[in-house]
Amino acid sequence: MAKNVVALIGTGQTKFKTHYADKTYIELAQDAAKLALDDAGMEPGEIDAVVFSMAPTQFMGVNDCDRWATSHVWGAGKPFMRIHAGGATGGSALQAGYVHIASGVYRSVLVVGADRVAETPDAQHILNLIWDRFYEHDFALNTVTMTALAAQRYMARYGTTEEQFARVVVRGRKNAMGNPYAHLRGDITVDDVMNSPRVSYPYKRFDICPRSSGAAAVVLTNLDIAKQKSTKPAFVTGVSAITHSVFMGDRMGVYSETEFSDHDGEHIAAYEAYRQAGITNPASQIQVAELYDPFSTFQFPILEGLGFCGRGRAAAISDEGGWDMDGQVAINPSGGTLCTNPIGVTGLVRIVDAADQIRGKAGQNQIKGVHNAVATAAGGSTQFFTVTMLGDDHAPAGRVQ
Amino acid sequence: MSTAIDDNVIHGEWHVRYNYSVGKVAGHFFDGLKQRKILASSCSASGIAYLPPRAYCERAFEPCDGWVEAGHQGVIEAATIVTAAFENLPPPPYAIAYVRLDNASTALVNFVRGMDLSDVPAAAAKLKPGAKVKVVFKDAPEGRITDFHYELAE
Repeated sequence: MAKNVVALIGTGQTKFKTHYADKTYIELAQDAAKLALDDAGMEPGEIDAVVFSMAPTQFMGVNDCDRWATSHVWGAGKPFMRIHAGGATGGSALQAGYVHIASGVYRSVLVVGADRVAETPDAQHILNLIWDRFYEHDFALNTVTMTALAAQRYMARYGTTEEQFARVVVRGRKNAMGNPYAHLRGDITVDDVMNSPRVSYPYKRFDICPRSSGAAAVVLTNLDIAKQKSTKPAFVTGVSAITHSVFMGDRMGVYSETEFSDHDGEHIAAYEAYRQAGITNPASQIQVAELYDPFSTFQFPILEGLGFCGRGRAAAISDEGGWDMDGQVAINPSGGTLCTNPIGVTGLVRIVDAADQIRGKAGQNQIKGVHNAVATAAGGSTQFFTVTMLGDDHAPAGRVQ
Repeated sequence: MSTAIDDNVIHGEWHVRYNYSVGKVAGHFFDGLKQRKILASSCSASGIAYLPPRAYCERAFEPCDGWVEAGHQGVIEAATIVTAAFENLPPPPYAIAYVRLDNASTALVNFVRGMDLSDVPAAAAKLKPGAKVKVVFKDAPEGRITDFHYELAE
């Protein structure tokens, strides 16, 4: 069955920061919904269904808070569904919205969410609770330690140094200076990163994302409505998601089908999304990548998995500035997840930033001549991976419908 | 309007209790631990021996049909040294490693104890993938995953 063209015609994101003292959770979500609807030139009545993007709700402290938000995001009286895939939630929510339009079941869908990760004082306490009580919970696993384990393994495989990871932080914070919504930004040095307190080898504090609060939303619609509403939509040209076993220990060693430290799921998902979008040479056909990189160690394996360079090569290219704003592919012009991580919508922020680049709405951080952009998300115990392709042409050469 | 918006918060806490049913597979594994045995569930169709044990082989799409006793020696596949305090987690410093024990196909996480962690990069160098470790059981195993830990073998 041929899929309908899916157009993204509205984006909205709030400023991200540690605390929002002047708004509640649902008011934040509402802000993003209103921004996206205004950008799309739509009234709430033109939205057929709402997809709500929200990961664990124990950070913000209202259990299953999606039900609190329904009417604030104009979901009352409509189909309303929450998507939760851990850190990959925003990418999965976008892909759920995509399926609603591609199938022809709905004409226009609002994908929206919000998070307040710092409403509780220690997010890692909550993240430790995602492991089973029988075999893994007792060993201090959380998102910091589990990704530190992957990073240590990656370093051993490819000889990457802590200083090379530190350069990713420096670049991200610098890029974020041009992004008015970013949480952390500024001119810092490799020494600043190296001298920040050690947390979990190889991580120092600056290798780790902040706990952010804020909201994001997009409006997806079909080609007919996009033509009426938008002079320049971003088209969703490829979507793919891969899920791994919960047990990270299954992805190490000679019996494993995938490699834990390589973020292999992202690689598998990327090449399916590329196939759909007609991308055969990612490094020459994609101009912008918005990566889900909450830790400084994520970029290299993901860039390699996305096919921008060979395995083990990304760090050396980084050292030479190849991933800078003016490099071969602009990596996280927004500053990325390392600078801003509102977990329940982080994957959606990646979509917003990538779509704004396609639509020429990225402000100070606009990259010239963006025809294709890729957005990733990852979640669970390095377990859920999504890759979404966005483009300025709904029928590019090689597109698989 | 009040000028003290920043300080106007409502405090909340969650206290929730659970009793997790162990089931047959984990129950057999825990019984083994009481005898200082680390039992991997095995699948004759795929040849994979799983730690933690599974009821079903995800690769062969067949039930695991046997048990294999894992060795008390193994190699590190990934490790980290934690030097920051997290709420409700052990006081730092501590080392965590995924270890593939002899006779097992997959790696099992546990603490690595008995090492000097004061120089983190130096300690990390000793915990590189491929480093050999041994299993050390506590004096009176209770049938819980916390009955043992790893130590460097040399």
